[in-house]
Amino acid sequence: MGAGIGAGLVAVGAGMGIGRIGGSAAEAIARQPEASGKIQGAVILTAAFIEGVALFGVVVCLLIALA
Amino acid sequence: MSFTGTKFFKSLFAGLAIVAATTVPVWASEGAAGKEEKFEPGHLILHHVVDAHDWHFATIGGHHYTLYLPVIVYKPGQGLEVFSSSHLHHHAEGATAEAASHASAHTEHGETDAVDNGHSLAGKIVHNGYYLDENDKLQRTDEATFYDFSITKNVASMFISVALLFIVFFSIAGAYKKRGVGRPSGLQSMLEPIIVFVRDEIAKPNIGPKHERYLPYLLTVFFFIWFNNLLGLLPGGANLTGNIAVTLTLAVLTFLITTFSGNKAYWQHVFNTPGVPWWLKFPVPLMPAVEFIGLFTKPVSLMIRLFANITAGHIIILSLLSLIFIFESYAVGIVSSIFVVAMTFMELLVALIQAYVFTLLTSMYFGGAVADHDHDHAHDHDHAQEYEHEFGQVEAAKASTGV
Amino acid sequence: MNLVTPGLGLIFWQTLTFLIVLFVLSRFAWKPILSTIKKREDEIDEALKAAQHARQEMAKLQASNENLLKEARAERDKMMREAQQTANAIVGEAQEKARTEGNRLMEDARNSIQAEKAAALAEIRNQVAELSLSIAEKILKEKLANDAAQQALVNSYIQEAQSSLN
Repeated sequence: MGAGIGAGLVAVGAGMGIGRIGGSAAEAIARQPEASGKIQGAVILTAAFIEGVALFGVVVCLLIALA
Repeated sequence: MSFTGTKFFKSLFAGLAIVAATTVPVWASEGAAGKEEKFEPGHLILHHVVDAHDWHFATIGGHHYTLYLPVIVYKPGQGLEVFSSSHLHHHAEGATAEAASHASAHTEHGETDAVDNGHSLAGKIVHNGYYLDENDKLQRTDEATFYDFSITKNVASMFISVALLFIVFFSIAGAYKKRGVGRPSGLQSMLEPIIVFVRDEIAKPNIGPKHERYLPYLLTVFFFIWFNNLLGLLPGGANLTGNIAVTLTLAVLTFLITTFSGNKAYWQHVFNTPGVPWWLKFPVPLMPAVEFIGLFTKPVSLMIRLFANITAGHIIILSLLSLIFIFESYAVGIVSSIFVVAMTFMELLVALIQAYVFTLLTSMYFGGAVADHDHDHAHDHDHAQEYEHEFGQVEAAKASTGV
Repeated sequence: MNLVTPGLGLIFWQTLTFLIVLFVLSRFAWKPILSTIKKREDEIDEALKAAQHARQEMAKLQASNENLLKEARAERDKMMREAQQTANAIVGEAQEKARTEGNRLMEDARNSIQAEKAAALAEIRNQVAELSLSIAEKILKEKLANDAAQQALVNSYIQEAQSSLN
C-alpha cells in the first residue's frame, strides 16, 4: 500500500518535471530553431536527472513492496 | 608493442583458463520436475537483479541450465580457498549428496554438531563450512569472518564485457594503425563518431584545455558502462551496471580523480567560496559545510543514478514478464510482450543515455576541479564566448549584459 | 546477495578489472586512436588551409594577369593612337603639298592660257584687218569696174558734197 502510494507520487513528480522540460524545450526550439541541437542535449540530460531521482523512488518503493 | 600485446593476451587467456577450470557447467536435471512451486514475482525479480554464485540461464522442463562459477573465499588464518559453487547447490545427485557433503564438511574441519544445530540449515548444502542463504549470499556455518572474492555472475559478465572491449578496441586501434589518417571503415567508422563525441561534446566543453589528460578515463568509463548496460539487456545477462558495488567503484574512482586533480581554485571554492557573504562562512561555516558535503553527494548521486536506472529498467521488464505468469493468460501474454519489446527499446536508449550522463557528470566534476579562475565569472565568460561562437555578436551582447 | 548492499568481492574485482581495462585501453587503444584522429583532423585543417592559400594565390595571380593585360591593352591603344596621328600628319602634309602643287600648276596654266589668248586675239585682230582690207579692196574693185558706176559714185559724192555745202 505504502509502496503503491510512493510509486504514484514518484510518477506524479517525474511526470511534472519531464513535462516542464518538454514544454520549455519546445518553446526554446520554436524561439531559436538553430539552437535545437544544444537544446536537445540539455533536454536529454535534465530528463535523465529527473528519471534518476524518480527511479530512485521507484527502487525504494520496490524494496518496500518486496521486503 | 605487438610483443606486449601478445604477452598480455597470453596472460589473459591463462587467467581465463584458470577461471574455466573451476567453472562447472551443469546441464543436468535437478529432479525437481513435477513439484509445482508457487510463482513469486518478487522473489523472481530480486533473484534476477542481484548477483549470484551461479549463472542460471534457463529452466526447461525441469532442467536447470546453469553455469556454476568458482567460489573464492579468504578466511583469516586459513588462507584462500577455491571451489566450484556447484558444491553449494542441489544438482544431479544433490538430494543424496546433501547429507554426505554436510558430513564431510564437519569431518574436514572438525566442527561440532552443536554449532550446526544452532542454525536452521534445513535444505542447505554445506561445503567446507560454507553455505548459501535464502538471498544467495555465502555464509559460514560457524559465523566466522571471511571475505568472499568469488567469481560471481556479475564478475563473469564483467570479464566477458572486458574481453569484448579489448577485442573491439584493439581491432579499432589496429585499423587506425593500418589505415593511418585514411578514411575509416567498418567498426572503426561506427565507433569513431562516438569517440569524437566523448571528446568534443563531453570532455572538451566541460573540462577545457586540460581535457586530454582525462580523456582515457572518460572513454573507458563511457564504453565500460555502455557495453555492460547492453550486455545486461541480453536474455540471461547479468545486471552488472545495476549492481551498487559496481557503480560505487566507478563513482569512487571519479571522486578520487576529482579530489586529486583539484587545484587551488577548487579547494578555495570549497572552503572559502568566492562571491558569498562573509556571515555564511565565518562564525558558523555554513557554506563550507554545504560545499564539503557536496563533494561527497556528487559521487553518491552518480552511484545511485546508474544503479537505480539500470536496476529499475530490469525490474520493469521482469515485472511485465511476471504479469504473464501471474495471470496465466494468452491475452496478457501478448500485451505484456509488446510492452516488454517497447521497454527493451527504451532500455537500449537508457543504456546509452546513462553512459553519457555518467561520463558527462564525471567530466563536469573534473572540469570543476581543474578550472583556473574564479568560478562564477568564468562561467559567464565561457557562456558569452559560446554564444558568440554559435549565434553571432548580437546574442553575445545580450548574453553578456544578462538579457 | 542484497540489492543495496555493495558486495566486497564485486568491488574488489570491479576495481581490479576496471583499472586493468583503463590502463590497457589507454595504452593500446585510446592513445593510437586519439592520436590518429587528431592527426587526421590536423591534416584536414592543413589541407583546407593549403587550398585556401592556393585559392588566394590563384586570385592574386589572376589579378596580376589582369593588370598586365590592362597595361598591354593601354600600351597597344597608345601605340595605335600615335600611329594614327603620324599617319594623319603624313596624309595632311601630302594633301597640303598636293594642293599647293596643284594650285601652282593651275596658276601656270591660267597664265599661259591668258598669254596664248592675248596672242591669239592679236593675231585674229591683224588677220581680221587684213581680211577686211582685202575684202574691201575686192568689193571696191568690183563696184568701180564700169564707168557708169564710177560716174554714179562721183555723182553721189558731188551730191553729198553739194548738200553739205547747202
